[in-house]
Amino acid sequence: MTEEKIQGHPKYAPGTHVSSKDIREKKVTYTWWEVEAQYAYSVGPANSRFLKELKKGNIVARKCKPCGRVIVPPRMFCEHCYGPTDEWVYLQDTGQVETFSRSYLDPDANRIEDPILVGVVSIDGASPKHGFMHYFGEMDPEDLHIGMKVKAVWKPEEERTGSIRDIKYFKPLEGGDE
Amino acid sequence: MNDVAVLGGGMTLFRRRLKETGKELSFQAAKMALEEAGIDNSDIDMVVMGSAPCAFDGIHMKGENLLDGAGAKDKPYVRVFNGGGTGVFAPIAGWWHVASGVADMVMVVCEEKMGGCYPHPQTAFQTIWDPILDRPLTPNLVWLFAMEMNRYMTKHNIKKEDIARVAVKNKKNAVGHPCAQLPDEKITVDDVLNSEMMAWPVNRLDISPPSDGASALIFCNEKKARQFTDDPVLVDGVGWNIASSMWTNRDLYFPQYVANAARMAYKMAGIRNPRKEIDFAEPYDPFTYKELHHMEGLLLCDKGEAPILTREGVTERDGDMPICPSGGLLGVGNPIAATMGQKICELYWQLAGKAGKRQIPGDPQVGVGQAWGDIMQMGTVMVLRR
Repeated sequence: MTEEKIQGHPKYAPGTHVSSKDIREKKVTYTWWEVEAQYAYSVGPANSRFLKELKKGNIVARKCKPCGRVIVPPRMFCEHCYGPTDEWVYLQDTGQVETFSRSYLDPDANRIEDPILVGVVSIDGASPKHGFMHYFGEMDPEDLHIGMKVKAVWKPEEERTGSIRDIKYFKPLEGGDE
Repeated sequence: MNDVAVLGGGMTLFRRRLKETGKELSFQAAKMALEEAGIDNSDIDMVVMGSAPCAFDGIHMKGENLLDGAGAKDKPYVRVFNGGGTGVFAPIAGWWHVASGVADMVMVVCEEKMGGCYPHPQTAFQTIWDPILDRPLTPNLVWLFAMEMNRYMTKHNIKKEDIARVAVKNKKNAVGHPCAQLPDEKITVDDVLNSEMMAWPVNRLDISPPSDGASALIFCNEKKARQFTDDPVLVDGVGWNIASSMWTNRDLYFPQYVANAARMAYKMAGIRNPRKEIDFAEPYDPFTYKELHHMEGLLLCDKGEAPILTREGVTERDGDMPICPSGGLLGVGNPIAATMGQKICELYWQLAGKAGKRQIPGDPQVGVGQAWGDIMQMGTVMVLRR
C-alpha cells in the first residue's frame, strides 16, 4: 500500500503501520520513558472563597454590576466587561440540568460497567446558563434529562475539604419537575 | 496584502501507530508537497509547524524537535498551536507570512504522534481540564463531546440515526483516500448505532480514531506562482475566533465562535451568501455530530438543518453541497494537527481537479475548510478559490 500509485493526489501514502502487539512483543525497536510530576495549583482569590464556602455548604458567585451578571464559578474580573467584578452573592444549592452524559469510560478510557452520570448544572440565583460540571445521583440513569431540577447532596461537614467534591452529586429536586 | 496561491500538498499514511518518528513523518509529508510543487527545499523562505498538545508525543516544545524534518534548519520558523484548531490555523499562519510580504514561498508542515502515549492518549488529555473545578471530578475528554452532542440533539430534537449518517458517509468517502485509517464501503447506520456505547449519546463509531501522521502544504506569492501554473488555487479568506474558556457559562448548542471565524473569512473573500457561493466544505469532524454542528457554524445551513440535509443526501460527494469529500477525520483518521491534509490539502486537490477517485463532479470553484479546538471554543476557517 505505502508506495502504491493511485490516480490523483496524494499520489502515495508513506509510513509504516505498527500495532500495539508489535510493541508488546518487541518487534519494533523502541525506548520507554515515564514521567512523574506533581503540581500545587494556587487557586487564586475567587476560587479560594468559592472553595471555602463549599466547605460551609454554600455556593457563592460574583456579581458584575456593569453587565448585571451573577457569575459562577466566580471570578474577580468579568471577561465580558473586562473590569473587576463587584460583590459576592450567595446562591441556592439547587439548579437545572443544562446537559449531561452517562459515561462508560474512566479517565484513562478504560471501560466501566456502571455509568458515571455527569453534566452541567446551572445554579439557581446565578445568571441563566451559569453553572459548573458535576455528578448526578439518587436516580434511575434513564430518568436524567435536560431541564431536570436538581439539588446538591453535600458530604457530611467533617468530611469536607474545600473542594468541588464537597458536593457529592446533584439529585432530583423533590417536586421540582412538572 | 499579497494574493497567496497553493502550489502543492503532501500527506503520510494515517494509522493508530506508525514506525517512523515525528521528524521522519514531517520529512515525508514535506517532500511530497515539494515534489507536487516542483520546487526544492532551498526555494522555501520560511517554515510554519503545526502540532497539537506536546503531551501526546511526550516531547515538550516539540516544534524544536520536529524542525529538521520540516526543512526549517537555518530558516525563520515558528510552531503554532491551538489544539484541534491547529490543522487550519497552521495554514492560516503560512498564509499571513506570504500575504504580509515577509516571505514569497512558505512551507507548512503539521505533525502528530499519538500512538506512543500509554495507557491511552486520553490519559495525556487529563491535564487540559481546569485543575481547580474540573479535574477533581476525574473527567474523560469524551464527556465534553457527549455533553455538547446531547445539548445539540435536544435543542433541535435530532435523532441519533441522522447523526450516525455522517460516519457512514465519511467512512465511504475515505475509500478513495490512500492515507485512510478507517475507510469502510459497507458500513451502515445500524453499525454506528449498535457500536459500543462510550459516553451516551456517543457510540464508538461516532468518534474518529487517534492517529499518527503528518501533512504539508506550500504557499506562494500569487505573482511568483504564475511561473508554475496558469490556473492557481488561491487563498480567498481566513478567519479565527475563540470563545470564553468558561464553557459551563455558555449554551453549547451552537458554535458561535465558528460563525464569527466564518464571517471574518467570508468578508475577506467577498462571500455574501455562503450557501450559494461555496461549492463544497471540509468542516472538522472528529465526532459525527461535529460535522453537522460545524456546517451550521459555517453558515452553510440554518441551525438544526444540517442533519436534514445529510438525510436527504445533499452532503454526499455528488450532492448539491458535498461535505468532507476527503473522508474527513472519521474516515481518514485524526492525527490532530495533521488533519490539515483533509481540511486544506483536500480543498486544494479538489479545486485543482487532482483528487482522483475522490473528485467532486461539476468543476468546483470555491471550498471552505474548518477546524475546531481547545475546550469547545476555537474556530479556524480558510476559503480557497480557483
